Amino acid sequence: MLNTKRHGTLAAVVVMTAAALAVTSCSSSEPAKNTAASGGSASEPVTITVQTFGGGANFGYKKAVETWNASHPNIQIKHENPTDRFEDVFLPQLLQRLQAGSGAADVVGIDEGAMGLMKARPQFFADLAEYGLDKRKSDFPAAKWENGINKDGKLFALGTDIGGMAMCYRKDLFEKAGLPGERDEVTKLWPDWTTFMEVGKKFQAANPGKGDPKFLDGPNTLYNVLLSQEAPKNGNVNYFDKNNQLILESNPAVKTSFETVKTFSQAGMTAKLASFTPPWNAALKKGGFAVMGCPAWMVGVIKDNSGPGNSGKWDVAGVPGGAGNWGGSYLAITKQSKHPKEAAEVLNYLTGKEGHVMAFQEANAFPSSIPAQEDPAVKDLKSDYFNNAPTGQIFGESVKGLLPVFLGEKHAQVKTSVEKVLEGMDQGSIPYDQAWQKFVEAGVKAAG
Amino acid sequence: MTLHVDTPAPARSRVPRRSPGHRGSGRGGGLARFDLRATPYFLVSPYFLLFAVFGVFPLGYTLWVSLYDWELAGDKSFIGIDNYISLITDATFWNAVVNTLAMFVISTVPQLVLALILANALNKRIRGRLFFRLGVLLPMITSVVAVAVVFTQLYGRDYGMINWFLGLFGVDAINWQNESWTAWIAISTMVDWRWTGYNAIILLAAMQTIPKDLYEAAALDGASARRQFWQITIPMLRPTIIFIVFISTIGGLTLFTEPVLFDGNPTMAGGATGQYQTVAMFIVKEAFRDFDFGYAAAAAWLLFALILIGTLINYSFTRRIGGNK
Repeated sequence: MLNTKRHGTLAAVVVMTAAALAVTSCSSSEPAKNTAASGGSASEPVTITVQTFGGGANFGYKKAVETWNASHPNIQIKHENPTDRFEDVFLPQLLQRLQAGSGAADVVGIDEGAMGLMKARPQFFADLAEYGLDKRKSDFPAAKWENGINKDGKLFALGTDIGGMAMCYRKDLFEKAGLPGERDEVTKLWPDWTTFMEVGKKFQAANPGKGDPKFLDGPNTLYNVLLSQEAPKNGNVNYFDKNNQLILESNPAVKTSFETVKTFSQAGMTAKLASFTPPWNAALKKGGFAVMGCPAWMVGVIKDNSGPGNSGKWDVAGVPGGAGNWGGSYLAITKQSKHPKEAAEVLNYLTGKEGHVMAFQEANAFPSSIPAQEDPAVKDLKSDYFNNAPTGQIFGESVKGLLPVFLGEKHAQVKTSVEKVLEGMDQGSIPYDQAWQKFVEAGVKAAG
Repeated sequence: MTLHVDTPAPARSRVPRRSPGHRGSGRGGGLARFDLRATPYFLVSPYFLLFAVFGVFPLGYTLWVSLYDWELAGDKSFIGIDNYISLITDATFWNAVVNTLAMFVISTVPQLVLALILANALNKRIRGRLFFRLGVLLPMITSVVAVAVVFTQLYGRDYGMINWFLGLFGVDAINWQNESWTAWIAISTMVDWRWTGYNAIILLAAMQTIPKDLYEAAALDGASARRQFWQITIPMLRPTIIFIVFISTIGGLTLFTEPVLFDGNPTMAGGATGQYQTVAMFIVKEAFRDFDFGYAAAAAWLLFALILIGTLINYSFTRRIGGNK
């Protein structure tokens, strides 16, 4: 068939068109899923779809949804959690569905990192004040409330959890290395990052072998802890100033955090792992490192990835350098929702005291609302997986006096790109002396 | 779209011979002729309709998008060919092109040679021939995701089997993701594991169509087995080799799943500094991680051009196989 020249050329055309198909399929969006509810009139039962993200118990809504559905026959919640990855899976899909005008859920979860992006797109979300939710202002700390107001000055999202900050550590590995294992003593060991470094040196000296555990997991978690503490010292901004101009290179918060991470990496205290990757999960299970920066939700991540075999080996101590916040999420109602009124009731419930408390019990998602934080069910909660650590008290302390940190429209993209450079520096593909330059370049490119 | 012109041509010439009675018999004849002319088009139309909807339209739409500064769920403004201009000066894009070409060469050359050797062996009278023939196809029915996940674990730095094995000989643990060339090799092995058998079976099928008497005549003339392979088998396989080279070129230049999974998470970055980011990953990263649709669309068109060039180069090489036949 291909013997003559002419047919050969034709075949080439066929093959190349097939190739074109393959290429263009990259740019076509996934088929939008219709999650619209069935009901037309108000008396019919309405189904409100709630879509969240996250691994393990994710937002911790299992019990909250069951409780609601049992007492609200006319408004049924359907909770979906399609992925454990936000920036690179959940967010792109959500944006595509928002743009397509259909397929998005009634109530969607949004990670803090993308709030800047969503604030700049008021056309996709319902104004919560229309459903009376602006009355909830006194329930939330300013840091959480203000992020839910978009560029038109309308309230579009309410807070679910808040990260707070602590350090999770392997009690057994600490004791093996001759360090104290008890959490209060550990907290006293490291009031600041200099003393933290000293502890690391001691730990590493006791674990000199090639297969021995490292002090830290990798650059990402440490960097996020540091940045969350440094940003409030430098005008509550990190990659972007309040006019959405990139200040990555000039903001001392970023540079200080970068330099500290570099010092720990150069000292050989990291297991050279990138967070949330399969090797990182494997190291969690096998005890590849001893300490990790730990917002409240990370407690759930560690528990899920380390597995039941490591129960009681982990513990939670205070963080060097004072309070900070890493992560935390919001719920918003999409404009395409056919039942925004009912969706607002659901949102109000899930971000209310009851919903927050149940989410904390289920997924250790520390409540951002003040009444829930003050509830004894939160305050006194202990985690048996973490040696009965009083997580309610530890994280409650860490979120006191938090200031709202401004995150730019392209925060998530810049964050992902610059952290890749940190990983490369830690793993050796970027020399230490070129790392800052690459770091800045990556950030500039992602913001452009 | 000129492809289907050839199909009805013989039909047209056959009309008078097969049904002379219909000639010039008025209306009925006209209908019959119309039927004979139109039916083939009608019968092949489903393919072309689908192709128009899922092939031509996205192709054109991508071209249109590529002329805009188009943000996903955001603003768009017409900027002409600016996206293309920034692309050809974008070091990240060319890094992706180099990675893609390198992995294409590292995976395809050994793959095709191996496939040829395998096919030749399977063409011999050996015990359990059917078993081996089916055996080489087995990797094909494995999901590419499963292949990539398993291989990525084998290549794991801390707990991977390959580093464990190398460690037995005193080799330090290799961080396969860290350097370009180690990542290229790792990814190429995944590609080869999956596609070598497939190519071998296609070559084998072609080998079986070569008339036996050619070999017999050559044997009578005293040609050795090796000589028969080079002088008869390879030249007779030429069309098939051209086909598999085309397929491999397209597959290689659109390489995506293996390097994505090799990264551990779908950031599409292909390593901390893009050590193994392919062009397909670059496109997805621009469109669905950085939400820059226009830029991604322009990159998709450049990839299309790249494949076109790659295929033509390979064609001009492979058509020379077997001398001036």
